[in-house]
Amino acid sequence: MYVIIVGAGKVGWNLARELIARDREVTLIEFDHDKYRTVEQELEHAVQYGDATELWVLERAGIQRADLVIAVTGDDEDNILICQVAKEKYGVQRIVARVNNPRNLQHFKLLGIQPAVSATDLILRLIEHEVPEYGLIQLLALEEEHLEIIELEVGAGSEADGKPVSAISLPEGSLIISVLRGGTGFVPKGDSVVNAGDQVMLILDPGLEAEITLQFASTGG
Amino acid sequence: MLILIVGCGRVGSAVAKRALDAGHQVSVLDADPLSHERLDRDQTSTWEDAGGRFTVGAALEIDGLMEAGIEQADVFLAATRGDNTNLVIAQIAQRRFHVPRVVVRVADPARAAWYAQQGLHTICPTQIAIDQASAMALNAPEV
Repeated sequence: MYVIIVGAGKVGWNLARELIARDREVTLIEFDHDKYRTVEQELEHAVQYGDATELWVLERAGIQRADLVIAVTGDDEDNILICQVAKEKYGVQRIVARVNNPRNLQHFKLLGIQPAVSATDLILRLIEHEVPEYGLIQLLALEEEHLEIIELEVGAGSEADGKPVSAISLPEGSLIISVLRGGTGFVPKGDSVVNAGDQVMLILDPGLEAEITLQFASTGG
Repeated sequence: MLILIVGCGRVGSAVAKRALDAGHQVSVLDADPLSHERLDRDQTSTWEDAGGRFTVGAALEIDGLMEAGIEQADVFLAATRGDNTNLVIAQIAQRRFHVPRVVVRVADPARAAWYAQQGLHTICPTQIAIDQASAMALNAPEV
């Protein structure tokens, strides 16, 4: 697998390092000369100097044969255009873009740049995971595959409370994949009983959230 | 006809003034409030006196674009100093707001050519300079 990473900041440099350690072929592109010099001392020929929003720089890096292009510069417009050109002009199968300003996420989506990763959103989700006061937490959305993973707390007196997994009436296209209880998680079997206070993780087709929530929400009565 | 121009530099401001003189409605958006000075006709008559609109805002902020009238615009001109900003906002104007005519300035000739194939009206000052300079240099009379 050949991977091109644009932007040798903390994210790009460490990504390159990790992928190289996993025996991937990697080219990192950086347009700041000082940064390039620093990174080159470690990564040597795996880093190239240039502005990756210019087509010839991408071509010199061999974008025609890249399997994955990752744009993690500090500039959202650059990340959008690098990915757009990689995908639409050079037919690169997989792209990953970094979103610096979460308000720009809508622009990535509009132009079909998926997945777009925002550190702010990731940290927000982690906070929600640690402090689950919102009921349903989306842990992962695989938009192209139309799948998502969510986490829910089993409410006291809810439909699911005290039932074995096999008896919880979940809509077609959803599955409980894990139960978290007292700080540890396990993969439930059909006869595993879930109780109020457990966190359950489900994989599902997007759009089923409301129906699923009904099974786990406290009835209040 | 409402013309929305993003980027009030030499090109944006000059096109804005010309369009206003030609009787069109013109709205200009720029992140720098001081860029407004380029639009004033002289010391005594401001851009607004002449009938123009000016909005301070970053190019990628949807609120600013809406305030500047992108939903009503018939023509959108992306003329900030950044190619990448211009290419992104031009596509936002085209795909999200369906502005009928979108014109974008791109300094990089290679990408200007490619995005033109993708349906954007690109203008490449660099290509124009290359063509003219080549013509002048290569057609110079022998000495």
